[in-house]
Amino acid sequence: MNAKVNEPLLRYVLRLGDTSLVLGQRLGEWIGHSPALEEDLSLANLSLDLIGQARLLLSYAAELEGKGHDEDALAFLRDAPQFLNLTLAEQPNGDFAQTIVRQVLLDAWQLELYEALATSKDTRLAAIAAKAVKETRYHFRFSSGWLVRLGDGTEESHRRAQNALDGLWRFTDELFAADEVDEAQAAAGIAPKLAELQPRWLARVDEVLREATLQKPASVRHPWYGKNGVHSEHLGHMLAEMQHVQRTYPGAQW
Amino acid sequence: MTATARMPAEVDRAGGRGDPERAAACDSREPADIDHAVGRDNPTGRDNPTPPGEVTRDPREQAVWSVLESVMDPEIPVLSVVDLGIVRYAHWSSDGLHVGLTPTYSGCPATDIIRRTVREALDSAGYSDAILEEVLSPPWTSEWLTENGRRRLESFGIAPPARTVANPRHLFRAPVIRCPRCGSAETERVSEFGSTPCKAHYRCVSCLEPFDYFKCI
Repeated sequence: MNAKVNEPLLRYVLRLGDTSLVLGQRLGEWIGHSPALEEDLSLANLSLDLIGQARLLLSYAAELEGKGHDEDALAFLRDAPQFLNLTLAEQPNGDFAQTIVRQVLLDAWQLELYEALATSKDTRLAAIAAKAVKETRYHFRFSSGWLVRLGDGTEESHRRAQNALDGLWRFTDELFAADEVDEAQAAAGIAPKLAELQPRWLARVDEVLREATLQKPASVRHPWYGKNGVHSEHLGHMLAEMQHVQRTYPGAQW
Repeated sequence: MTATARMPAEVDRAGGRGDPERAAACDSREPADIDHAVGRDNPTGRDNPTPPGEVTRDPREQAVWSVLESVMDPEIPVLSVVDLGIVRYAHWSSDGLHVGLTPTYSGCPATDIIRRTVREALDSAGYSDAILEEVLSPPWTSEWLTENGRRRLESFGIAPPARTVANPRHLFRAPVIRCPRCGSAETERVSEFGSTPCKAHYRCVSCLEPFDYFKCI
């Protein structure tokens, strides 16, 4: 339709949409396997919200792309290197502690990001973010509540929560590593400067970690960024399952 | 799970008692910065930035609203889409009747069904040319439930929303939720999430009945 695609904006929106989609798919893997029925329901509900957000974002991305794709084509027919989600989102569920740590870190990130995007000059993004932030607040309440319970719980739950945090912390570097895509959006008033989000995110996370009696690990740089399409080995396996039906029966509907 | 040191229900009960201020009306809408985001979803900009109170409509629009009042939510069949607060507008412009619908939760699976039933209801009432539009901004919150909707929820056995849960400083505090069956304030939260995206799961300590609570966002 439009001759010139705004490539940086497209990549930016894909990053947001893919992160929600991949995290939503991961949480969906808990269905039927959670520690208790209530947590099964909770993780499924989180997943549903995230996939709903992904749908809104990827629909927008498909329009920006202008190739006649829809959000389903973007979700089911791209290969791992074309996904631009944060590496943290694709990390395996592990035990419940690992899922909760991953969730706290990403909920706090989405919370800061969506709050800022709600005043974006891109009215479409602003509307999606203003809607998503309300859901994200609820998610953060759930995940941070659980992290406090685990960290400040038994010796075993504390050990597992700390292990999970130590293992996942290195992926948080990517959340605030601004590149030309992020900078172009910030300059255009579409997205916040990542450097400004970082202290707010850290304050939020620190507060939860303190209450959870967990130690924040030292910062480590992990420069292979999913948001540039360079993923950990886990994404391919996850997509194989997620995309199985559409790959085997193209165009299948029910 | 091995971690049982602080179960949610106990903490809720300890933190949620006797604090009427915390049980004040749910308001999680950001006040000022909503209007700007009128976006392409609603090119006319004729949405209602605040939940509607008593409004007077012209008879032609009122007729459409009456049709919409007969369209029930598939999961909570006592609530119409109007009670739920997801109809943003119904008005005519040069190209016909426009009806704006907003989703409750981004991923609510009922959204498509609701859209279809609204379409069918409008068709059979003679408005088959109506243009359905999705409106995202301002976002739906539980504040959009009408008074009528809140009463119907309660009589159906679902406690209506109380107040925002958004502040992370109130991690373990919760508002007083009254049991929709016996009216007791002695209730405890079983799970923040329930059988649909819009509900949480509670239990009454007095009459021992479990019940749904319409989440406050």
